Amino acid sequence: MEIPYTVEVRPDTGLSNGKLGVWLFLSSEVMLFAALFSSYILLRVGSTEWPHGYEELNVPMAFFNTIVLISSSVTMVMAWASLKMNEFAKFKLYLGATIVLALVFLVVKYFEYEHHLVAGEGPSHSTFLAIYFTMTGLHGLHILGGIIVNTYLWGPGNKMWKTEPERFTNRIEIAGLYWHFVDLVWIFLFPMLYLL
Amino acid sequence: MDNVTTAGHAPAGAHAHGHAHAHDHEQSFVWKYVFSQDHKVIGIQYTITALLFLLFGFALMALMRWQLAYPMQPIPVIGGLLGMANAPGGIMLPEFYNQLGAMHGTIMVFLGVVPLAVGGFGNYVMPLMIGAPDMAFPKLNMASYWVYFIGGVVMLVSFFIPGGAAQSGWTSYPPLSVITATDGQTMWLIGMIFLITSSLLGSMNFIVTIIQLRTKGLHFFRLPFFVWAQFVTSFLLLLAFPPLEAAGVLQLMDKVAHTSFFLPSGLVVGNKVMAIAGGGNPLLWQHLFWFLAHPEVYVLILPAMGIVSEIIANNTRKPLWGYRVLIYAIIFLGFMSFVVWAHHMFMTGMGTTMNSFFQTTTMIISIPSVIILSALFLSLYGGSIRYNTPMLFALAFLPMFGIGGLTGLPLGLAPSDIHLHDTYYVIGHFHYVVAPGTIFALFAGIYYWFPKVTGRQMNEMLGKIHFVGSFIAINGIFFPMFIQGLHGVNRRLYDGGVQYAHAQPVLHWNMFMSMSAWTLMAFQIVFIVNFFWSIKGGKRVGPNPWNATTLEWTATTSPPLAHGNFETQPEVFRGPYEYSVPGRSTDYFPQNQRD
Repeated sequence: MEIPYTVEVRPDTGLSNGKLGVWLFLSSEVMLFAALFSSYILLRVGSTEWPHGYEELNVPMAFFNTIVLISSSVTMVMAWASLKMNEFAKFKLYLGATIVLALVFLVVKYFEYEHHLVAGEGPSHSTFLAIYFTMTGLHGLHILGGIIVNTYLWGPGNKMWKTEPERFTNRIEIAGLYWHFVDLVWIFLFPMLYLL
Repeated sequence: MDNVTTAGHAPAGAHAHGHAHAHDHEQSFVWKYVFSQDHKVIGIQYTITALLFLLFGFALMALMRWQLAYPMQPIPVIGGLLGMANAPGGIMLPEFYNQLGAMHGTIMVFLGVVPLAVGGFGNYVMPLMIGAPDMAFPKLNMASYWVYFIGGVVMLVSFFIPGGAAQSGWTSYPPLSVITATDGQTMWLIGMIFLITSSLLGSMNFIVTIIQLRTKGLHFFRLPFFVWAQFVTSFLLLLAFPPLEAAGVLQLMDKVAHTSFFLPSGLVVGNKVMAIAGGGNPLLWQHLFWFLAHPEVYVLILPAMGIVSEIIANNTRKPLWGYRVLIYAIIFLGFMSFVVWAHHMFMTGMGTTMNSFFQTTTMIISIPSVIILSALFLSLYGGSIRYNTPMLFALAFLPMFGIGGLTGLPLGLAPSDIHLHDTYYVIGHFHYVVAPGTIFALFAGIYYWFPKVTGRQMNEMLGKIHFVGSFIAINGIFFPMFIQGLHGVNRRLYDGGVQYAHAQPVLHWNMFMSMSAWTLMAFQIVFIVNFFWSIKGGKRVGPNPWNATTLEWTATTSPPLAHGNFETQPEVFRGPYEYSVPGRSTDYFPQNQRD
C-alpha cells in the first residue's frame, strides 16, 4: 500500500505530509534558537561588562550579508513560482541564484571569522565573542544544510520534475520554507549581535 | 519508501530469523532487517536495542550497589575484569563510581526507557492502531533509529577512552562537568546531540503520522488512549529537546573551544584561578537542562500510562472510565510540563517569588496526573478482571506510580524540599515513578503485544514468576531509600554514607537494598528465558488472542502483513473501548465492525 497524502492534501486537515512535517521541524528549530537567544539575554544581563556589537564586529560586511540573504529568499520564492508556472528553465536559474547567494554569504562570513581569529580573538577571548561564534556558527551550519538540499534539488533531484511534477513542486516549497526560516534567524541575529 | 511498497506480503516481526518467503527476494537481508524502512522492523530494532541498554544500565547499578553495601571491599568474581584504572585489586575507585552513576542515569533515560516506550512500542503499535500502512516518513524513521544507535555507541565507547566516561551525574552540572579534565564529558555531549537529533526525527514523524494517516472514520475522539499518549509525548520531545541541544552545544564549546558560558569570573580550581574569560553563569545550564528534563519526566511516564490504559480496558472487559477526561488531562499535563522546570532548582537561590511560582505550577500539574490515575482505578470497579501477566504488571503500575507521584509532592514544595533535596528520598521518588512505574508498564506492554509481533503468547507461568519476584524485589530496593532520605543521607555518596554520623542509624538498609537489586536482576533471567523461548516455543494464537477491540488486533493478522500492514484499508465505526456492550453475543465490539 502506498503511503497516502505525500502529494495530495488530506481533505480534513488541509495539509500534505511533507508540509506538516516541515512546519513541525521548524517549530523545533524555533525552540533551539529561542534557547540560544535566551542564553544571550541572560548572559548579557548578568555581565559586568559587555561590548556593543558595532565596536567589535564588522557591521558593513554583516549588512551586506543581510542583503544577500534576503535576496536569496526572494530568488527561492521565484524558483517555486516558476515551477508553478511550468517554466523549468527559469526555475533552474532562480534556484541556482539562491545557491550562489548562499555561498556568497558563507564566503563573507569566512572573512569575518578570519579577521577575528587572526587577531587572536577566538571564542575563548570573551563571552560576547563566544556567543557570537556559537550562534553565527550554528546559523552557518543551517545555511550549509540548505545549500546541500538545494543543490540536490537543483541537480540530481530534479529528475522528479519529469515523473511527478506536483510532488517536485512541493519539495521546492518545503525547501523554501526552511530557507526562509534560516533567513529569518539571521534577521534576528544581525541586530542583536552587530547593532545592540 | 518505494522499495517498502514494492515487495511482497510476508509476515514481519516473527521472521527476524530468516524464513523469508519465496516472493520476497526483491529485498536483500540487509535492506529488509538492518536498514529496513518498515515501521514494524524498526520498532523491533528499537525494542531489542533498548532492552539491551536497560540491561546494561541495570548492570552498572548492580556494581554500584556492591560498593554501597560493602564499601572499599573488592568486588567478587568480576572485580578483576574492570581494569586497573577503574578498580585496582577489584576495589572500585570513586571516579569509577561517579562514571557508573552518571552513565546509569543517562543510559536508563535516554537509551533505555524512552527508546523502548516511544521508539519501540510507538513505532510498532501506533500505525497499526490508526490503520496506517506505515509511518508517514519511512526513511526518516530508519534514520531516527540509526542516529539513536550511533548515539548509543558513542556513550558506550566513552567507557573505554582514557579517563573513562562522563562522571558529573546525568544532569552534567557545570562547573564540575566542564572542569573535569577527562574527555568523557565531551563524548557524553556528542552522544546526546545524536540522541536529540534522533528523537527530533522520530517525534516529527509520529505527529505527522497521527494527524495525517488515521484511517477513515477514526477521528481524534476515537483514537485509543495509547495513541493520544504517544501524540502528546511527541510534542514534548519535539519542543523540549532543542533547548538541551542548545545547552549541549554551549557546554561543548566550553569543553572544546574553552569558552566560559557556564563558568563564572574568578573561578578557582585546585587553588588556582582558572585562565578563562569568565562572565558565564552555571545556573544557565540548569535552566536549559531542566527545561528539557522536566518534560522528559512526562516523556517517560505518558507512554506508560497509554500502555496501561489499553491493558486495563482489555482485561476488565469494560470501557475506560472517563475516556474524554483522560484525553483532556493528558493534553493539560503536556502543556503544564513546560512551566514547572525550576522546581528542580529551589536550592539555587532563585528567590521566593520564583520559588512560589514554580511551586504553584508544580501543585497544579499534579491534578491531571491524579485524574489519570483515578480514572484508571475507577476503570477497575465492577469489571470481571482477567489476571493474566500483562494485567498483573498493569495493575502493579497503579499503586507504584501512585507512591512515586505522592512522594513527589513534598519535593515540589520549596520549604520541605530544603530538607529532602539531594538525598536518597529524591532517588526513591523518581525511581518509583520510572522503575516499578514505567518499566512495569513496559513489561506489561511486552507481554501484551508479544502475540502481535510473533503470533505466539509468552509463557504465563514464567510471566507470573517474573512478576511476583520483580514486584517484591523492586520495592525492597526503593522503599528503604525514603527512610534513608528522611534521615538526610545524601545521594551520590561513594561509600553510601559510612563517614556520616547522621547516616549510621539507617546504614544497615544499604545491604538490604543491594540484595534486593541483585534479586531483581536474578528474576529478569526468567523474563529473558521466557522471551527467547516463546519466540519459537510459545503457544500459537490467532490474530486477536485477548479479544480486543482496537485495530491492531481486529483488522490484520498476527504478525501483520510485512508491507502495508492491512489486506484491505480498515474503516472505523466506533470508539476504542466498546467492551461488554449489552445485547451482543461477544463481550467486545471491534472498532472496524459495522454492527
